[in-house]
Amino acid sequence: MPDTIPADSVGLVTEQRLAFDEPLALDCGRSLARFDLVYETYGELNADASNAVLICHALSGDHHAAGYRDAADRKPGWWDTVIGPGKPIDTRRFFVVCPNNIGSCKGSTGPNTVNPDTGRYYGPDFPIVTCGDWARAQERLMRALGIPCWAAVVGPSLGGMQVLQWAIDFPDALRHAIVVAAAPKLTAQNIAFNEVARQAITSDPDFHDGHFYEHDVVPRRGLMLARMLGHITYLSDSAMRAKFGRELRAGRLAYSFESEFEVESYLRYQGRQFVDRFDANSYLLMTKSLDYFDPAANANDSLSAALSPARARFLVMAFTSDWRFSPARSREIVKALLDTHKRVTYAEIDADHGHDAFLMPIPQYLDVFGAYMERIAAETAGAEHAA
Amino acid sequence: MKLRRDLELIADWIRPGSHVLDLGCGDGTLLAHLYESKGVTGYGLEIDPENIARCIARGVDVIQTDLDRGLQEFESDGFDHVVMTQSLQALHFPDRVLEEMLRVGREAITSFPNMGHWKCRLQLALGGHMPVTRTLPHHWYDTPNIHMCTVHDFERLCRARGYEVLERAAVDRHHRATPGARMLPNVFGESALYRFRRAG
Repeated sequence: MPDTIPADSVGLVTEQRLAFDEPLALDCGRSLARFDLVYETYGELNADASNAVLICHALSGDHHAAGYRDAADRKPGWWDTVIGPGKPIDTRRFFVVCPNNIGSCKGSTGPNTVNPDTGRYYGPDFPIVTCGDWARAQERLMRALGIPCWAAVVGPSLGGMQVLQWAIDFPDALRHAIVVAAAPKLTAQNIAFNEVARQAITSDPDFHDGHFYEHDVVPRRGLMLARMLGHITYLSDSAMRAKFGRELRAGRLAYSFESEFEVESYLRYQGRQFVDRFDANSYLLMTKSLDYFDPAANANDSLSAALSPARARFLVMAFTSDWRFSPARSREIVKALLDTHKRVTYAEIDADHGHDAFLMPIPQYLDVFGAYMERIAAETAGAEHAA
Repeated sequence: MKLRRDLELIADWIRPGSHVLDLGCGDGTLLAHLYESKGVTGYGLEIDPENIARCIARGVDVIQTDLDRGLQEFESDGFDHVVMTQSLQALHFPDRVLEEMLRVGREAITSFPNMGHWKCRLQLALGGHMPVTRTLPHHWYDTPNIHMCTVHDFERLCRARGYEVLERAAVDRHHRATPGARMLPNVFGESALYRFRRAG
């Protein structure tokens, strides 16, 4: 944490936890008898509970979206760029809720938590969860917090898929849907990358079919490889070239297989960091949830038919150099909305950072995002005044 | 807020409650006016990032698009009106865009600066240089207006393509329909506005 908390930061934040005792039926046919959600909130809920914004996190994200957990925290939450006083999701006007999804590994019920029925870690027995399951779990949280309808549901990447799911499954529970750097479903290439990541994890001898907790080990090599691969797909070719080029760490070739190029050492560093903060079983689950997401599959492969129940207004944003979820994928979502005369705005942000651009303070991105949120805040304030 | 007079003219041509697509919608002024005064629905297409933010601030549903890429994202006959003001002359393929306008919309409305205006004719005929006027302030080398035409040219294209002109307005610099511009639009009109559809 910096010595003084910046004026546009939500400051120190504390995670909260809620236990849900009613069984949650899952898309896979199984159900969770009970589950916990950890979450963070920023800002204040207004009198008529009309200013609440739900943030849905991406694959390796969590509930810590903004601010600092303690004075020793080196970095703020993952979406601190857009959440805070004076930022696009302005915490002086909105009450922001960000839960950690079930199946993830940051405190909500997931493979690295203990199954109360067996007294053992869920591990690989944790059911495969989908965006639909997440939306249902988040809806329980919404009700528990006394929120009748979100002013907006917002998410990047896999989070954007949850936003689409919300708009379809709970059309009356959100006024705006903000879908950032997402896609209506994965391509074969996307699934292929996920499959290599999963193979890297499951073929690690320390994986033990997912029961590595009992062996007191972590499939480090596999998880590290999975993350290194993922990281390549989050950056653009030009961003990598600009950041690393062909720079050598030692300044000259060593004719060895040690990490020589800067980009190699960067990827290894990213991989090692990830191993310490993420669970291998959760990584498998998250990639599966990505692979399975395809709302059109239930509507004769017509995305516009799938989105027809939606009543929210949409803001869709994509980044020019994102090849993981390219602007063309976002335009598929836009087209499906246009075809059924839904209200939608689309911005294609000129950015060099690849998929990771949604984390970056790009002026055009913040302007568009801010203008849209400002509009929501104005209509929320108007409605509150009228009531 | 007072609407620019040419936009007012266009707004008069649009039926209440219709579904409208505004190509090159700028800061969203026209659509915001149509939403409010005519209960219209629809979208603006715009390429400039600053204008995108301005449209959003006005509550206009804007889609960031390069018009030269065409309207392939739009289904045929999805709109009652497709509007394009003062952008025709800046497109790489204006004729294809007109064709697309009449594919996705039942009626099209467009406006453009008239190169046939007497000041342009004088500058070229007597001055021997490319016209620079208050409506067309750019020089030949820095102008975004790469496909200038006259009232005559436009109507000839309409005939050749089988478009039926439903309404025409020729206006001066202040977007007023002067008697001269009514009588001799290709000489006294600085801008021309058209409402047209596919004939038959």
